[in-house]
Amino acid sequence: MRRVAALLLLALPVAGVIAGGAAWVKVPGGSFRTALKYEDGKGTTARIAPFVMHKRPVTNAEFLAFVQAHPQWRRDRVATIFADARYLSQWPTSNALRKDDAQASQPVVNVSWFAAHAYCESQGARLPTWREWEYVAAADETRRDARKDPAWRERILGWYSRPASGPLPRAGLQTPDAYGVQDLHGLVWEWTDDFSSLLVSGDNRVQGDADKQKYCGAGALSMDDRENYAVLMRVAMLSSLEARDTTSSLGFRCAKNIP
Amino acid sequence: MKRSPIRLLRPALACLLLVVASAFASPAPTPLPKDSVYQLPLPLTDQHGRTTDWRQHRGQPQVVAMFYTSCQYICPLIVDSGKAVEHALTPAEQAKLGILLISMDPKRDTPAALMAVAKKRDLDAARWSLASPRANDVRSAAGVLGVRYRQLADGEFNHTSVLVLLDRDGRIVARTEKIGSVVDPEFIAIVRRVVARR
Repeated sequence: MRRVAALLLLALPVAGVIAGGAAWVKVPGGSFRTALKYEDGKGTTARIAPFVMHKRPVTNAEFLAFVQAHPQWRRDRVATIFADARYLSQWPTSNALRKDDAQASQPVVNVSWFAAHAYCESQGARLPTWREWEYVAAADETRRDARKDPAWRERILGWYSRPASGPLPRAGLQTPDAYGVQDLHGLVWEWTDDFSSLLVSGDNRVQGDADKQKYCGAGALSMDDRENYAVLMRVAMLSSLEARDTTSSLGFRCAKNIP
Repeated sequence: MKRSPIRLLRPALACLLLVVASAFASPAPTPLPKDSVYQLPLPLTDQHGRTTDWRQHRGQPQVVAMFYTSCQYICPLIVDSGKAVEHALTPAEQAKLGILLISMDPKRDTPAALMAVAKKRDLDAARWSLASPRANDVRSAAGVLGVRYRQLADGEFNHTSVLVLLDRDGRIVARTEKIGSVVDPEFIAIVRRVVARR
């Protein structure tokens, strides 16, 4: 029975578009080895259940529609416990986008985890987990796991090293990866639902010596995998954030379980 | 049929009475500050099996921590910390403070499991509330409190251990990561100041 279900899933078009709002992509399940090395050594390889994910990050226009429907998320009304002072500061007003440029189709940035979480909830969805995000982000245009390819890694690191001063490109311009998903690299960083499970203590980042008292049990992340430097940079960034923080290069996309 | 003027006035009088009565009974609550953690709706089920939103604690300063009952090492220290705060206060000060331990493991931390800890550690039910959120709310609760956690393959959790002091409106006024039976004296000093406020 399970095998039949698996076959059915494989038979579905990988980039199946589900109607309504932004496009969703079906991501088949699979076994995946995470680049994260936890001290407890457990769970480095996990089964990822099939799920659906936004084809590209959420745009300013989409987030504006959410804010208009849920005015408690306007930047002039948001509870400060949920978002810092930079929240949506790229918009000219709390209730409109710039009309003269591509802002509508740029990925929304300066959004806190709480705001991203609320947006996805309003779509009957959720934020992807770190594992789901990492799983899909391991792909390049032709392979589901391109992580061993030095050229792929160089390309991602090349993006990291470019200054982020120019205007953001529009979302959805890059070639889809092997799953049919776009912009996981090369555009913005993205929230994950469980960003606060990425436990890298300040001490650990500097000298690999975790403050044992800080965590219940052994289990801080060790950041010694140079081959996966690109992924670990994301982890270091996410692990440094509080849920109300926003940055000008951090956006999000949503995911959903397949019932 | 002719109506008496009193009769005509009756609805208006009733309205007037209602307005006057409600003004006396409950002054309109002041809106929550925007930086209050109580901006987050968070239904909690406590050790007595009662489910109420954590906003019920508004009006009384709270020391809040996240924990889980099956934890062997740090979590008993979190209870120790709460007790140490308690012991550093006078009975009058104690009466003005709540201690709220929120589980990050609602699946296993049923009211019975929470009650077992409360009994074993002899926690005064007048002050201590041990409670579980809904599974979907744990990450948000941790978010407003600034707690990071990860569930391990064996069901244990890694988590940052922190005591958070909320004022009567749910604003975070102090936090300490010094956990155990000796609590940060600075933290205690702020607790005293906050419970003394009128």
